[in-house]
This record gives sequence, C-alpha cells and structure tokens, in this order.
Amino acid sequence: MTGNVNPRRPLWAIRGSLERRAHWLIAMSGLLSALLAWWWVSAGGAIDPVFLPTPPLVLDSAWAWLRDGDLLGDVAISVYRVVAGFLLSAVLALPLGVLVGTYAPVKALFEPLTDFIRYMPAAAFIPLVMLWVGIDEGAKIAIIFIGTFFQMLLMIAEDVRRVPMEQIEAAQTMGADRDEIVMRVIMPSAKPAILDTLRVTMGWAWTYLVVAELVAANSGLGFAVLKAQRFLQTDKIFAGIILIGLFGLATDQCFRWAHRRSFPWLYRR
Amino acid sequence: MTNPIIQIRQLQKRFAANGADIVALQDADLDLASGEFVTLVGASGCGKSTLLRIVGGLEPASGGSVNVDGLPIAGPGIDRAMVFQHYSLYPWLSVTENIKFCRQLKVHRDVSTLSDVESAEGRADALIRLMGLSHVADAYPNQLSGGMQQRVAIARALMARPRILLMDEPFGALDAQTREVMHDLILHVSILEKTTVLFVTHDVEEAIYLAHRVVLMAPRPGRIAAVHTVPLPDHRDQDMKQTPDFIALKKQILAGIRDTSGMQTDYELLERLGQVPAP
Ligand SMILES: Nc1ncnc2c1ncn2[C@@H]1O[C@H](COP(=O)(O)OP(=O)(O)OP(=O)(O)O)[C@@H](O)[C@H]1O
Ligand SMILES: [Mg+2]
Repeated sequence: MTGNVNPRRPLWAIRGSLERRAHWLIAMSGLLSALLAWWWVSAGGAIDPVFLPTPPLVLDSAWAWLRDGDLLGDVAISVYRVVAGFLLSAVLALPLGVLVGTYAPVKALFEPLTDFIRYMPAAAFIPLVMLWVGIDEGAKIAIIFIGTFFQMLLMIAEDVRRVPMEQIEAAQTMGADRDEIVMRVIMPSAKPAILDTLRVTMGWAWTYLVVAELVAANSGLGFAVLKAQRFLQTDKIFAGIILIGLFGLATDQCFRWAHRRSFPWLYRR
Repeated sequence: MTNPIIQIRQLQKRFAANGADIVALQDADLDLASGEFVTLVGASGCGKSTLLRIVGGLEPASGGSVNVDGLPIAGPGIDRAMVFQHYSLYPWLSVTENIKFCRQLKVHRDVSTLSDVESAEGRADALIRLMGLSHVADAYPNQLSGGMQQRVAIARALMARPRILLMDEPFGALDAQTREVMHDLILHVSILEKTTVLFVTHDVEEAIYLAHRVVLMAPRPGRIAAVHTVPLPDHRDQDMKQTPDFIALKKQILAGIRDTSGMQTDYELLERLGQVPAP
C-alpha cells in the first residue's frame, strides 16, 4: 500500500486495535453467522416451528404486526417507558452518586442502604408498586427505575472515586476550593466513565421492559411478547425479543457515538 | 538561618495502620532559605513524601509546626505549588488550558483588571516557550511523552507564581537523558523565578546536582539523619558530576542511605547459596 505510514496492524496483538474495515467485517460476520445458524437449524425441518420458527416466519410475523397490529404504537410506548425510567434514575443517581463518591458521610449514609436494596429482585416489587403507584404508566416507569437506579448510583459513585487523587491535590495546591474541585476537576475527569455507566445501565433498563410490562399493560413490546406467549405465537415472541435487542443495540451505538463526540481527547493518540 | 521562608520544627507524623502505630516522622527540624533548592533522599518509607505533603498542606501533622514566612500553614495554599510523579495533568484540557487552569479559580480571578489578564496571558505564553512546549500547545496530555507531560505539570505549577515549589519524584518515571534535560530546565527556572524548591528523589546524583543542600532521611522512625551542603557553584553543568567533590559526596550519601535503610544483607544466606566467599 502506498501512502500508508503505518504497516498493517497485526490481527492478534494483545489489546490490539483493528482497522475500521476489518472491525466491521468481523462484527458483521459474527451477527450474520448467528442468523445463518438459526436459519439452518430451524429450516432443517427437524424442529417444529412452534419451538423454533424460521427467520422468514419471524419476519412475516413482524410485518403482520406492523400492518394489522400496532407495532409502531407498541414501540413508541416501550421506548417512552424505558427512556422515562432511565432518565428518572439518571437525574437522581448523577448528583447523588457524585456526592457518595466525594464525601464520606454521604457514602456512609447511602452506600450500605443501596447495597442492600440492589439485591432485591425488581420483579418482586411489582405487587408493591401496584399498591403504591397504581397500574398506570407510573407503575411501569417505577419498575424500570427500581431495576436501574441503585446499580447506577453505586457505579457512578465508583466512577467518581476513580478520579486520581493527584488531579484533586494538584487543584488544591493551585487554590481551588471544594466546589471548584467538584465542578472543575472531579466532574470533567469522571464524565467519560459516567457516560459509559449510563450506557451500560440503559441496557439494563431495556432488559427490565418485559418485567415492567407485566404490570397491567395492554401495549408495548414486552406486553406483546407476553401475550404472544399465551397463544404460543413463537414467531411473534421472536419478533418482539429481536426488536428489543435491536433497539438496545441502537441506543448503545448512540451512547458510543456521543462518547467519541464528547471526549475527543480520549481517542487521540 | 536568618528569615527562613520555611521553618519546620519538631515535626511529627503518625499513621495508625491496621492496629500498628507507624511513626512516619519524628522530630524533624529543617529551615529553608528563600531561593534555596533542597533535596530529600533516603531509603523507601523514611517519610520523604510525608514531609513534603505536610509542607504542602495536603496532610495534617501529628505534632510540631511548619511555618511559611513565620506563619503556621493551614492547608494547601497558592504560595506552595506541588508537582507529582504521575497522573496530575487534566487529560480533558489541552496543554495550554492545563497551564492556565489556575486562572479559572476564584482566588486568581478576584483581582482581574485588564492588565492582570494581559500579564497572565503573557506569563502562560512565556512558560510554554520556556518549557519548549510551543509545538504541542494545543495537544492533549495523553498525546505527549512522559517528559513532555512533566514539563506541562511544572509550567502549570509555576503559572500562579508560587514562592515555593514542592516536587515528589517528578522525574522518577523518565529515562536518564530526558532527566538530564529536565534537571537543567528546573535549575534554570528556579534561579529565574527565585523559587524555593523542596524536591524528593531516589536518585542521589540528581539530589546533589540540583541542590544547595541534600537532606538525608532515615526510616523507622522516619527522621532527618544528616544534612549535606553541596560544594558546587550555583550555576551547575553536567561536567561537575565528574569532579572529586561530587563523587565523594555521592559516595558519602549512598553509604548513609545504606547504613540507615535497616536492610542488612544476610551474608550467611548468601554464603549458603555459594554467592560470596566467607568473610
Ligand atoms: N496514608 C498512610 N497510611 C498509613 N501509613 C502511611 C500512609 N502514608 C504513609 N504511610 C507510612 O509512612 C511511612 C513513610 O511513608 P512515605 O510515603 O512518606 O515514605 P517515602 O520516604 O516517600 O517512601 P518512598 O521513597 O517509597 O516514596 C511509611 O512507612 C508508610 O508506610
Ligand atoms: Mg514517596
């Protein structure tokens, strides 16, 4: 190759990176081989499509859902629930996490409590949430909130604690007061890790969708999967699960893109 | 010493670590004259960093006092800047922004007439040029080599015109050639700015080359064991490392570290391993 200053990067270097094209090629072949394996097994005829529908069957079912059912409505309401539950968690966990990671008394107050609650299964809260919040949208958002908030709080606190002490002490010797250290050192230093935490917890918020839509829902992707289960519509279950996966993947990619956009200094070498 | 800028008296520091009581510093006495360059050497764990951090106000003393200009210190202050070995630069800021970081802080912003702003800009530019950072002024820290990063850290510390510069093994992670360049640079700057420097190092040659006086510390309990005045003129050059005075002092200090380190080689064991003939 002419004009290329760097020789080809070895594929198997430890912690190596891939060229863009190689990365996409490998990533795509991973996704495609999963699809092909599914296709091959399901189309072989050895397995009843009630147990494992073929990809075209699933696609048909998704198409029917879009044409005759209310796929777009289900998607919209589910996205709304996930985003609302996630945002509520984030709005509370961000300031609290920064305080827990910065000040020992706040940590002593909240950390044991949070550690205790986060082991409680979110699904087990359904009866209580129905009792306390009712059975409308608030209840579904509350379940997603319970599923994500406590983990998010602890992870953000940990992100904040990982800011090198040297960065903080250097600011102190330059005359920064407490607020300035939090706002001008700890926050900007921890921001990339916090955005990653938000990305990971957003994934969990999607996984709690089905649990949330167990609560007296009559719409949504998770609800559709649960209803399809009652009628043994395996193809629609597949369609619903795959759609949830795709939306999760899409939000994940958005977060990664935002990360690269917001923190160019991390990606420059 | 008449009118020392730093006056350390009977300084004590204890750490309670899993039940044991560690005496990191015991009865340390030291005066630094204004503009003086003093280096601290000694075996690992003898309290060098502890002493430096107490003077920097980052660690409270358990007893005794540290006065700067006759006044006891209360926490960190802009008269005492600190340079660390690692990880102290702000990776989200460019080199120039790192160096100007203190300008964003209230203590430095309060008195901002137009000419203050102008002179601050001028100072930042001068520091960038002095440290040889012009060609990387807009780069981010993780794009720089270790030596370059430490230049930025020093420039940033100097930006607020501190009268005292505290450095904890600032060149510990650099290779020998880069170090020599940095030595001449920091000497040059300290003379130019009349900065008083307290400098911790493991490298005895570095300690002598830089300092007016070398303080030898000893562990368990951490204490000042000896103070050596360096018999070299103020303006140093690398050839002085070959002079008999330099070599003799180096030998003396190295012997001092060995004697006080408390880590005697087990000759019996070496003998059994067949490494040395019986004495
Ligand atoms: N935060 C702390 N908690 C408990 N013990 C500490 C703490 N900081 C230092 N010590 C102890 O105090 C003693 C002096 O430590 P210090 O870091 O000052 O040594 P040092 O001379 O800088 O060593 P080195 O050359 O390895 O950097 C050591 O025994 C160390 O274990
Ligand atoms: Mg040390």
